[in-house]
Amino acid sequence: MNRLPPTEDQLHAYADGQLAAAERQQIEAWLAEHPAEAGQVAEWRQQNAALRAAFDPVLAEAVPDRLLRAARRTPGWSLPMRVAAGIAWLGVGVAIGYLFRGTALPGESGRVALARSAAVAHVVYTPEVRHPVEVGADQEAHLVQWLSKRLGTPLHVPDLSAQGYALVGGRLLPGDAGPVAQFMYEDHAGHRLTLYVRSDARENRETAFRFAREGKLAVFYWLDGTLGYALSGEMPREQLLSAAESAYRQLNP
Amino acid sequence: MDRLENHLPRLRRYARALTGDRHAADDLVQDTLERGWSRLALWRPGSRLDAWLLAIMHNLFVNQYRRQAPPAAPLDDLPGEPAVRAAQGDGLAVRDLDRVLAQLPPEQREVLLLVALEERPYAEVARLTGVPVGTVMSRLSRAREKLRLLLAEESGRAALRVVK
Repeated sequence: MNRLPPTEDQLHAYADGQLAAAERQQIEAWLAEHPAEAGQVAEWRQQNAALRAAFDPVLAEAVPDRLLRAARRTPGWSLPMRVAAGIAWLGVGVAIGYLFRGTALPGESGRVALARSAAVAHVVYTPEVRHPVEVGADQEAHLVQWLSKRLGTPLHVPDLSAQGYALVGGRLLPGDAGPVAQFMYEDHAGHRLTLYVRSDARENRETAFRFAREGKLAVFYWLDGTLGYALSGEMPREQLLSAAESAYRQLNP
Repeated sequence: MDRLENHLPRLRRYARALTGDRHAADDLVQDTLERGWSRLALWRPGSRLDAWLLAIMHNLFVNQYRRQAPPAAPLDDLPGEPAVRAAQGDGLAVRDLDRVLAQLPPEQREVLLLVALEERPYAEVARLTGVPVGTVMSRLSRAREKLRLLLAEESGRAALRVVK
């Protein structure tokens, strides 16, 4: 039988197993009579096999945590859930803002507003993988100096290493009535805490330690003079408590 | 539900072969995931998530090597990461293959790896890399020829090492 020789493209497709059965059989028959081309096809297949043998071991490697986090964002939260949660937070904020319109710190509404603003800031910034903070912990002195200047009062960053949390860094945020600071901490498993600090409260002697919860998020918050603090984390109350107590003791000695 | 994390091992394998460097590969995968999240709204449900991620990775990779052409690795005296011998032992170390792949032009390397390692149909490779199938075929052909020459050189070198 006198057939046209296959094109080079067909030979590649044959080597890569990308042909339908009929065409594959035709080319197989042709190659059986053309050893030079058959040798070429065999060599391409060896190349494919060598590449797979060299790089397949990567498939069995443990995937680094940072990539798992980037793929999951937060454990168990899909993007639609995240968007829904953001909208829900916005709704809560608007509702509370309406109910307590015209009131300011201190007082019940002020404290609730503090916990709520801290929670929203936590939900917004903790999923960030590449840009969780504006200034990293490697420049802690600069970070504290900068945020102290912007908030108009000397700030202190509590050390939570005894609770397993290292400082990631911090950022400046817009609050209801001026600049607000957020410090972020992270443990070895990537769980993040944020400490939200505002300095626009009216002079206030009460330093009571309070707790609020919204869904998965736990928030401990307290006022001290013109400063308001809120420590937030997506974890059970008891788990957050020891970090919150430590922060409280360090900030209110 | 198809989740991004299910595709991590294959994305890492491909990125590893593409960049020739463990850290650069994981950075590329991380950037791909970031970009993927920010564009999830553009992903059409029903289309394949893995192909979509590979297309994102392609764009990032192309931008990367356009911005900064990586310094060509010298042929000899590469600093000593121990050569990991391939399990099925045709005698080629990952390091040797890295060295050889690094000498292919990036667009040829991409096509070769998408076909040989990822086993993607030519038409899909064309879509992923944004070129006609004819261009995919000519890149594949040139990549294989160059790989053949470079591997022959490598095995010559390996033979010399054994002899001396």
